[in-house]
Amino acid sequence: MTEMEERKKEFRTTVDGIAVNRAYTPDDISENEIDASLPGEYPFTRNIMSTGYRTRLWTMRQYAGFATVEETNRRYKYLYQQGQTGFSVAFHLPTQMGYDSDHPLALPEVGRVGVAIDSLPDMEDLWAGIPLGEVSTSMTINATAPIILAMYIAAAEKQGAVQSQLMGTVQNDLLKEYVARNTYIFAPEPSMRLTTDICCYCAQNMPKWNSISISGYHMREAGATAIQEAAFTLANGIAYVQAMIDRGMEVDSFAPRFSFFFAAFNNLFEEVAKFRALRRVWAKIMKERFGAKNERSMMLKFHVQTGGCTLAEQQPLNNVVRVAIQALAAVLGSCQSLHTNSYDEALALPSEEAVQLALRTQQILAYESGVADTVDPMGGSYYLERLTNQIEAGIEKYIATIDKMGGALEAIKRGYIQREIRRSAYNHQRAVDAGEQVVVGVNKYTSDEPLDLELLEIDGSVTRKQSARLSKLKSGRDNERVRQILDKVRQVARSKENTMPVLIEAVKAYATVGEISDALRDVFGEYKEPSVL
Amino acid sequence: MVSKKIRVLIAKPGLDGHDRGVITVAQGLRDAGMEVIYLGLRLTPEQIAEAAIQEDVDVIGLSCLSGGHLALFSKTIDSFRKKSHRKVIFIGGGIIPKKDIPALKASGIAETFGPGTPINKIASFIKAELEKGSDDNED
Repeated sequence: MTEMEERKKEFRTTVDGIAVNRAYTPDDISENEIDASLPGEYPFTRNIMSTGYRTRLWTMRQYAGFATVEETNRRYKYLYQQGQTGFSVAFHLPTQMGYDSDHPLALPEVGRVGVAIDSLPDMEDLWAGIPLGEVSTSMTINATAPIILAMYIAAAEKQGAVQSQLMGTVQNDLLKEYVARNTYIFAPEPSMRLTTDICCYCAQNMPKWNSISISGYHMREAGATAIQEAAFTLANGIAYVQAMIDRGMEVDSFAPRFSFFFAAFNNLFEEVAKFRALRRVWAKIMKERFGAKNERSMMLKFHVQTGGCTLAEQQPLNNVVRVAIQALAAVLGSCQSLHTNSYDEALALPSEEAVQLALRTQQILAYESGVADTVDPMGGSYYLERLTNQIEAGIEKYIATIDKMGGALEAIKRGYIQREIRRSAYNHQRAVDAGEQVVVGVNKYTSDEPLDLELLEIDGSVTRKQSARLSKLKSGRDNERVRQILDKVRQVARSKENTMPVLIEAVKAYATVGEISDALRDVFGEYKEPSVL
Repeated sequence: MVSKKIRVLIAKPGLDGHDRGVITVAQGLRDAGMEVIYLGLRLTPEQIAEAAIQEDVDVIGLSCLSGGHLALFSKTIDSFRKKSHRKVIFIGGGIIPKKDIPALKASGIAETFGPGTPINKIASFIKAELEKGSDDNED
């Protein structure tokens, strides 16, 4: 009897991913490769904590923000009412890029990809009715993270909350900006200084705050494979830890508050294996390379967002299914925090209906699927354990290569990371265009049904409103005080002092995001990336 | 008939930093035999227009995922047309709601190519448009 032909000549987890066997057996894990650690036990492959979701579910944290602070505040309250358990702020591009909403470059962008924040009053109004001393807030902000964190601290103070109470994260990860996300302002060296300013300040003043969210998500979205996403993120992590040590900080004084951020794409097993491999590799790096003594320094804590670029514009309801699978992967991978995309996000920012369903996806997983009721439920699967080991090996190979180059910063300056990501991105496109990688509804099972979704729209009135707010702010404040404080910002930036205290002073004096960023530009200049194409 | 390489300038106006699409398209058009100049990110409409004139291109591809496409694309086209009468094809990509496409086309965008577009579709469109153009300009 002839053997049935397999569907493909070769099966891989993803384009440029790992080869997949027909079946896996105990023989796929060699004696010396068996990781018998329990959840909560070094190297934490299965989970950083022994109790997992039995004691506390992951934080349901939907990334949100658009138009004005009033509209965003309303969305935040809606999300909380619908059951999310942590906040996540999306800022519009001008805030991310250090421009006020009335800057010529900002005008077409105001309020479009996030909330417009130009000044402390904006930040205060963003959180109207939300007690900052009691909630956990993640802010996706990088080049202007010191300014925005200063505003958050000041806004919380005004509400009566002290810094040491505050819970949350700032993304504060410039290395990935240069290779994937592209919201850098300054060159790598001054960026590292500002990043570590935040980390040092938080280590000393904000024990409940994660000072950085070292991110792989954006590199994955830019086209990196799962192994590249993991490896390049940990390489960046190594660079940040080293930079802190170079500033004289004891590793255990800050590492417990380093956190990470990854994507969850469609290949369920590859993603779960990736998260497990990440925990194992990072724990070993922290213990062996950096000599951490506190186990909390070795624990990789991470937020996950489901893969944005996996969502299709065509047949958008298919995205509900994609997000469900991706969220499942994140939960099976024991993430600490999760954002699920909405089905309309290939087209626009999420509508209320769509984001509600995204949240329900997490809640159904949590309460109806049973996967949260035992720690690392897929542990022991021959396939999963083999993949975990293979991904670990892949990560270590890349880290060794990057080490030889002199570290992540050097690898980025040489364009190595960018070229790797772009090659993977191009291979993926070719595979999709050739039909080798099926995207349901896009290159297979297509239909001509018209899209009929009510999409969220941002209109031009936001620009006018923000410009009006800025005029009011500038005419009502002590402008001489602002001039003086901006001089002080420049002075501190030129020195080796931590910039956070003077930035807190500056935001309280109602200096704007643009004004403070310009003061920093005066000292650091602006970075123009050499084209790697 | 001299077969000259098609020259394409690809750029991102505004502050949006998502460049996976433009980089993939640039590479794909190169593989299709075109000469592609990737100008990069964070450019003003004026900068893009100026570069396109300097580089003497046949096609200008603009990308925006932040939602600012209506203002940014039309400003780029206007800026170009203020300084040059050269017949150039403007194409656009990014996150562009279907309802905005008529306005974009009215402002001078020949076609938009959104998520899910195979690269060869863009290449074919460019070649077809330039053929049409050269037919109109009977030498």
